[in-house]
Amino acid sequence: MLHAFGYWVTLYRRTWRGSIVINVLNPLLFLIGIGAGLGALVDDNAPAQIAGVSYAAFFAPGMLAAAAMQNAFLEGSAGVARAAGFGAYRSATPTPLTPEQLAAGHLLFIAFRVLIASGAFVVVMAAFGLISGWWALGALLGATLTGVAFAAPAAAWAVGVRKLRHIDTVFRFVIMPLYMFSGTFFAVSQLPEWIRPVSYLLPLWHGVELCRTLSLGSATITGSFVHIAYLLALAIGGFLVARITYRRRLHP
Amino acid sequence: MVNERPLVEVRNLTKIYPPRGSTAEFHAVDGIDFELQRGESFGLLGPNGAGKSTTMRMIAATSPISGGSLRVLGMDPMKQGPEIRARLGVVTQDDHLDNELTVRENLHIYGRYFSLPRTVIRERATRLLDFAQLQEKAGDQVETLSGGMRRRLTIARSLINEPDILLLDEPTTGLDPQARHILWDRLFRLKQEGVTLVLTTHYMDEAEQLCDRLIVVDHGRIVAQGSPRELITRYATRDVLELRFRLDERDTAAEKLRTSALATGGNDTDGRVELLPDRVLVYAADGEAALATVHAMSLTPLTALVRRATLEDVFLTLTGRSLIE
Repeated sequence: MLHAFGYWVTLYRRTWRGSIVINVLNPLLFLIGIGAGLGALVDDNAPAQIAGVSYAAFFAPGMLAAAAMQNAFLEGSAGVARAAGFGAYRSATPTPLTPEQLAAGHLLFIAFRVLIASGAFVVVMAAFGLISGWWALGALLGATLTGVAFAAPAAAWAVGVRKLRHIDTVFRFVIMPLYMFSGTFFAVSQLPEWIRPVSYLLPLWHGVELCRTLSLGSATITGSFVHIAYLLALAIGGFLVARITYRRRLHP
Repeated sequence: MVNERPLVEVRNLTKIYPPRGSTAEFHAVDGIDFELQRGESFGLLGPNGAGKSTTMRMIAATSPISGGSLRVLGMDPMKQGPEIRARLGVVTQDDHLDNELTVRENLHIYGRYFSLPRTVIRERATRLLDFAQLQEKAGDQVETLSGGMRRRLTIARSLINEPDILLLDEPTTGLDPQARHILWDRLFRLKQEGVTLVLTTHYMDEAEQLCDRLIVVDHGRIVAQGSPRELITRYATRDVLELRFRLDERDTAAEKLRTSALATGGNDTDGRVELLPDRVLVYAADGEAALATVHAMSLTPLTALVRRATLEDVFLTLTGRSLIE
């Protein structure tokens, strides 16, 4: 597994500078634009609507979790499908590495990437005074877990995908709508009552809630435990299925 | 070394792909047997879709077998896949090199997959780059290499673990003639060094040059086996006379030849006349004598060529004309 992970790290060493810049710049622009721009508007017109904090403080952890989901999903789907079709998995298949090790190594790397990107995001949040202390570390781990909870099922599915446009479709019609119904930009309590139970079932909602409560310091042990258990179940379940689908595709 | 256990033992091996969607169940490999001894260079010949690559994948322990039995290096590929793969070198049909990494990095990463220590990899990589004549390209990105260089790098990469058996799946397909000859030279060197080679190919000249022994596979079954020389002796004549006629004369000339002594053999017991889309082949023990007979029949071919029979003639005889399509 570590050798498979090592491959991705070698590749990453060529591109990390560029990707770190994007990892920092992206949240910076988002937080300036939404926090200072849209946030000011929201705070002036509808104060104390959401959790009694500034819009920026509310929005930032939501975005942290959603960005983790998006990065992890893309790497776990398109990245995996490419590696399985003509990339790294193909060259590693004749070696002693097993399909299971390839799956584990790649997922470990995706977790590492999400950790770095989320780390950059949390640093920017701290610079804006939106998070501090140990809570920041908690939110960082929460975001990483959210990423893996998406990457593992995505990889289990994508390893068998032969047409990359299928991934595009899922991204557009499954992942993007999650933003809307998971309390990323606004609280789920602002949604019509009948739709809220749906939100509570969505994995991104658990990620967002976990990161937000940790970041605002309002986390409860029971609440966090439920979120973590839900996300962990997805990650582990995804990996268990990936072990089967990886073998099916790579050792036909 | 006598009576040493074969490196690969294949008994009634089958591979059946289950039905999928609208495609029916498919018997890619339909009961084949052979053994591979240490130091041998063994070829699997056959048209596309004959089951060569599937057989290779099963030996390489990257595809479970459906039936029969298979032992590789004395081990069971279904149970000891990683142990077997650790001692094999595999050159797949597509290179699967990492374009974004350098030539040396490709070797390095691959060596790490075998858990080799970095110092060992470094030392072997230098030697292998030398062998593959890629020393000057060591620091270049793989993207910039030509097809022949990529192939040589793939072969160098497959040798990083000093394998007991080197499996090559159509090693020279898609290469220009010069690149093929360089590659053959490298493979011949490996053979001289005593490396056990298994290769699939549909190039007959390749099989003749590189294989001590081969099997001809068609529709998942073995249709002939032996050394290249044996197969030529058994399934072809010593010489082949190739005749080309003007289009308007071709059919009548072919008809005449077919009904002549050349087709029935005459004093040449296994003579035969074969009509190809572009030319007529006359199989004969003595090609010059056959040509004299043709002239005596007052036929006037545009071109006439007497050559030694090759494995290609054997192949076409055995598997029909599938290669021409």
